[in-house]
Amino acid sequence: MTEPVLRGLPSSPRPFGGYFDQVADTLAVAYPRLPDAIERTVVDRGELTFHVRREYLHELALVLRDDERLRFELLNSLSGVHYPTDVGRELHVVYELTSMTYRRHIRLEVAAPDADPHIPSVVDVWPTADFQERETWDMFGVIFDGHPALTRILMPDDWPGHPQRKDYPLGGIPVEYKGATVPPPDERRQYA
Amino acid sequence: MTTTDPFDVLDPTAPVYTVTGGDWQDIVSDIADRHPDRIVVNMGPQHPSTHGVLRLVLELEGETVTQARVVVGYLHTGIEKNCEYRTYTQAVTFLTRADYLSPLFTETAYCLAVEKLLGITDQIPERANVIRVMMMELNRIASHLVWLATGGMEIGALSAMLYGFREREMILDIFEMITGLRMNHAYIRPGGVIQDLPPGAVEKIREFLDIMPARIDEYHDLLTGQPIWVRRLKGVGYLDLTGAVALGATGPIMRAAGYPWDLRKVAPYCGYETYDFEVPTQTDGDCFARYLVRMDEMRESLKIIEQCLDRLRPGPVMVEDKKIAWPAKLALGPDGMGNSLDHIRHIMATSMEALIHHFKLVTEGFHVPPGQVYVPVESPRGELGVHLVSDGGTKPYRVHLREPSFVNLQTVAAVCEGGMVADVIAAVASIDPVMGGCDR
Repeated sequence: MTEPVLRGLPSSPRPFGGYFDQVADTLAVAYPRLPDAIERTVVDRGELTFHVRREYLHELALVLRDDERLRFELLNSLSGVHYPTDVGRELHVVYELTSMTYRRHIRLEVAAPDADPHIPSVVDVWPTADFQERETWDMFGVIFDGHPALTRILMPDDWPGHPQRKDYPLGGIPVEYKGATVPPPDERRQYA
Repeated sequence: MTTTDPFDVLDPTAPVYTVTGGDWQDIVSDIADRHPDRIVVNMGPQHPSTHGVLRLVLELEGETVTQARVVVGYLHTGIEKNCEYRTYTQAVTFLTRADYLSPLFTETAYCLAVEKLLGITDQIPERANVIRVMMMELNRIASHLVWLATGGMEIGALSAMLYGFREREMILDIFEMITGLRMNHAYIRPGGVIQDLPPGAVEKIREFLDIMPARIDEYHDLLTGQPIWVRRLKGVGYLDLTGAVALGATGPIMRAAGYPWDLRKVAPYCGYETYDFEVPTQTDGDCFARYLVRMDEMRESLKIIEQCLDRLRPGPVMVEDKKIAWPAKLALGPDGMGNSLDHIRHIMATSMEALIHHFKLVTEGFHVPPGQVYVPVESPRGELGVHLVSDGGTKPYRVHLREPSFVNLQTVAAVCEGGMVADVIAAVASIDPVMGGCDR
């Protein structure tokens, strides 16, 4: 795992291909602050990803959902990823959006530092984000500002720590058999 | 047993009743003295009518539900985190156990994601894709049969349970013959499928295809016109299209609300665009509409399986690239399923390269170029998506399952509030959550 790899791919050159150019151009027209909002636009493996600055996320979400030429009504998935080597922007949240009207699919990626893990909530834009933001809070510690009830959903309510972060201590299996125990997965014999 | 709840925000002195059995008279006489307007009922994680370990907290005013809250997480086993410490092929065995009633869908979504990251989607052999489609559609029928069985039983139609599981046994027998396991097969792996169809499998599936249509007609005879069934399901658990899109409830819930959104038609994968099938839709948006949608989907799946059997041609079932394809050829031996003796003879005696490939692929796994993808498939419950992030190594950096059960459970409040307690059971049954998928 090298740092340049995990920092992500650089911005892709135009033309993006397919409907991606149309989406990018329409978005630029519909949301005039787009150049400030977008850090990078990456086209990789046939998928378009906008890397968005978190301050602009909520406005951009409303434009994406409501603009007649964009109409991204469905939020498919909201997923957190923890990149501890991406210093200053460790916690990423990835939004998958589908426009059912135009049969299009794009991705938004937002980053927040560990020291200030706040990202605006999009529950009022796409109510389906409710449980998924709670899961991202539970597993990664990302605080979604504006979420009506940001509580743990998968872990018990009083659990300390955020389990899917890369620095979360893993446990082994303490049952002893003939003197041997099963070590945690990151301390086991590995071939890679 | 009566206690108080110190965490109760409104009234820490309000009594909390734990009904354990044989004490109903005490509870009733106690409540009769107090005349509470609203009672909070906890249909706890262990309950015969809530699908799996689902906890429903209902605030009741008489028989009407004024507030319904869903508490999940009782089946969380850390599948996504575990996958980060296993090679890409080993991760399949974890992901297959997420949604345990439709494991082949989770496997397929994940394998399609890995193949997209590898860039080998076009190199997957035709036969592998046909087998994947066939197994997925068989799994769809099996999953809908479990829905029918458990849903019927929860509502009170106990014979639905017997019939549903009887047919499901036939499908599980087919799975056992093809994959070696009845459930959680780890059959579909990155690169194709792990074993070709054994001799006799096609005939067994054709037998099933002969019997099943008549059985579906039997269910319709049993249930669709039955007055109690209709009264329990019609007008219950209503969710319109706006609600479904806003809450992200794809699958039969959205199709019952009127919009034919099916990923097999909208964003086809595994060659689905070449099959001839319809997308069943209803307009009422209630539990009865979802019931009809799922029954029709079973018929459509039978059509697809028939087309799969007709287009099976001899060929490989794993991708050709020796640096990715799972090396072992499994076969049934005297001590069970294992590496075929021919394969062992090949790697030990004939080819050093094959031995090295086998060793490296099994222990280290293959490297996947860095990047991220999102691949959705149409599972029996809705859109099942895999968001896969790779850092260039042999283990996934992050696997996130966008599980339809998890997302669809957000609709519980919308479909239950304002209705009666008994309708909560019917509504949750029609949402068809599988807690393994919900909690992972």
